[in-house]
Amino acid sequence: MPDGASPVLDVRGLKTVFKTRGGEIHAVNSVSFHLRPGELLGVVGESGSGKSVTMMSLIGLLPSPPAEVRGGEVLLGGRDLLKLAPRDLQAVRGAKVGFVFQDPMTSLNPVFTVGNQIMEPLMKHMGMTKAQATNRAAELLDLVGIPDARKRLKSYPHQFSGGMRQRVMIAIALACDPDVLIADEPTTALDVTIQAQIIELVKDLRQKLGMAIVWITHDLGVIAGIADRVMVMYGGQVVEQAPVKELFANPRHPYTRALLKTVPALTGARAARLEVIQGQPPILQGEPVACPFRARCAHALPRCEAENPARRAIDGLPVGHGHDVACHWSPEAAHA
Amino acid sequence: MLTFTLRRLLTAIPTLLLISLVIFLLVDLAPGSPLSDVPLTVPPEVRQKMLEAMGADQPVLVRYLLWLKQFFWIEPLYGIDALFGTDFAQGAQRIISWQSKMPVMDTIGERLPQTLTVVGTAYLIGVLIALPIGIYSAYRQYSWFDQAGTFFAMAGFSVPTFFTGNILILIFAVNLGWFPTIYDTNLEVVDWASFKQMLAQMALPVMVLALFNAAEISRYTRSSVLENLGQDYVRTARAKGMGEGKVVLKHVLRNSLIPVVTVIALGLPTVFGGAIVTEQIFKINGIGAMLIGAINVSDLPTVQTVTFIFAVLIVMFNLIADILYGILDPRIRYD
Ligand SMILES: Nc1ncnc2c1ncn2[C@@H]1O[C@H](COP(=O)(O)OP(=O)(O)O)[C@@H](O)[C@H]1O
Ligand SMILES: [Mg+2]
Repeated sequence: MPDGASPVLDVRGLKTVFKTRGGEIHAVNSVSFHLRPGELLGVVGESGSGKSVTMMSLIGLLPSPPAEVRGGEVLLGGRDLLKLAPRDLQAVRGAKVGFVFQDPMTSLNPVFTVGNQIMEPLMKHMGMTKAQATNRAAELLDLVGIPDARKRLKSYPHQFSGGMRQRVMIAIALACDPDVLIADEPTTALDVTIQAQIIELVKDLRQKLGMAIVWITHDLGVIAGIADRVMVMYGGQVVEQAPVKELFANPRHPYTRALLKTVPALTGARAARLEVIQGQPPILQGEPVACPFRARCAHALPRCEAENPARRAIDGLPVGHGHDVACHWSPEAAHA
Repeated sequence: MLTFTLRRLLTAIPTLLLISLVIFLLVDLAPGSPLSDVPLTVPPEVRQKMLEAMGADQPVLVRYLLWLKQFFWIEPLYGIDALFGTDFAQGAQRIISWQSKMPVMDTIGERLPQTLTVVGTAYLIGVLIALPIGIYSAYRQYSWFDQAGTFFAMAGFSVPTFFTGNILILIFAVNLGWFPTIYDTNLEVVDWASFKQMLAQMALPVMVLALFNAAEISRYTRSSVLENLGQDYVRTARAKGMGEGKVVLKHVLRNSLIPVVTVIALGLPTVFGGAIVTEQIFKINGIGAMLIGAINVSDLPTVQTVTFIFAVLIVMFNLIADILYGILDPRIRYD
């Protein structure tokens, strides 16, 4: 990927809060990242770290109330999506940004044919007639590897298996040839062989169509195989961000290091025992004033209690472009 | 879909037969005789002859079989004869009311349209009010509109129709004099004036029943829409860039209607039950009033026949609900 190309998606200081009866939940805190054309950004972090909420905030998919996007900018094609009127945002969703969700069993509407559901965005965003949309929908089903595409347009979701439904979801997300595809744990609900097929499909589609992809997962093994760059999230914040090889070779954040130890070895003998990270994820009430990971961190310093660490570059490149980490501790200091 | 419908139709037959037997036996337990209004001075031999003529001296099972034959075979033949001027029935014995000594079906034929006009209109209006209210209440949950809807639904639901009916009569008929207090069964709509008169006399009973139905159906609609609004496919529809109108009125509504349609279809027969009360209040000479009248004088054939017709209606609307369910939900259709 050309490093200098201007990003298709640029998110700056995104902040999302849930207003609940028990007070505010600060689910996303000053998250910044960008996506270059054709790039695949992997987003990892344990359940509840704010991955889904971050991505749904981008295109206004969170129900409000209780969600409130409180700050930041989401620049796509020179416009700030957070400032768009609802109608203009609708024109972005499904057209410029495609979304694939975790559970293919419930993400399709059970009472409409898959053809109908693929054709909807085509007719809305591309202004296609019914006949044009039907043809295009058949092409799309073919593209995502569903045999006998034209006939299958008339099928209902319950007539497809889980893997096939996820292919349909991908077809819907890619229908209008978006610049960005956001895949939120698209394989988590599938069994392992189907998972591998879907990953192969996305790799293949990326070659053919060249869209940029955000791939959310809590499986670092998947990330290693497909991502160009990885962003690690914890407690609603980005704690580390680096090119994929660099991250695996030189993890800086204690959380990333712990996370990597939980991945089964990809080569050689099976790891004897996978480590688990001890402790509970943080409860995100109020503005973060301390490092969210401190309670579970093996290297916590007094400073971690007093000051939430900002992201700092460790390779001289600007934050977000090379390798950066949000941590007061550094491995060198420990050895020194 | 066709085999689905046929299968449902076939299973309805044994159900109806069983219901008819139970109704017949239960009603037969009630005291009452076809000769209760014949003077005691009539000699016993004559009484016996009269009983024989009506078939009322037979054991209950024989009478049941005779009634079955009359209901399912002879009465339809008379119906065909009346429609096409044929003579299939050839003077066979019909189901005769012990009270009026007239064929029960003829009386039902006079009374049923009265009930259907009022109940049917009320139900239709009730549904037409309830659906938009239910949908909007769910879409704007906890808004003032939703709160008001909840309040009126609870009120409409828990206040019985005989109470609302009398209140409305008191206000609009007695005090304001806008509507008549009594429903004129013989009124025929021939011109504009009689049409307006018809509307005026239908207004109050229809309003009472419509409010009651709307209360119930709007609640069902609301909870069904609420449940579906939280589903993943709704998020998918929004992620595709569909407008809120499309999201709610296409994606959510079609799914929400599945249970609501069942409630609407299944509720219709019970409305006939509610109509019995309303008919009494507004003095509508409908089928409910007919049933009450027959019960009061132990006119068993009429009670049995009218009750069974209610049962047929219930089974029929069950069937309609099932078929609509199949049409709305492809997962059932293809089983
Ligand atoms: N509807 C909601 N109401 C309140 N809090 C929520 C809601 N949805 C998500 N959250 C909060 O946001 C946090 C991040 O959630 P999410 O982004 O779904 O995590 P994940 O990284 O597993 O995708 C959760 O820990 C939860 O506390
Ligand atoms: Mg998630």
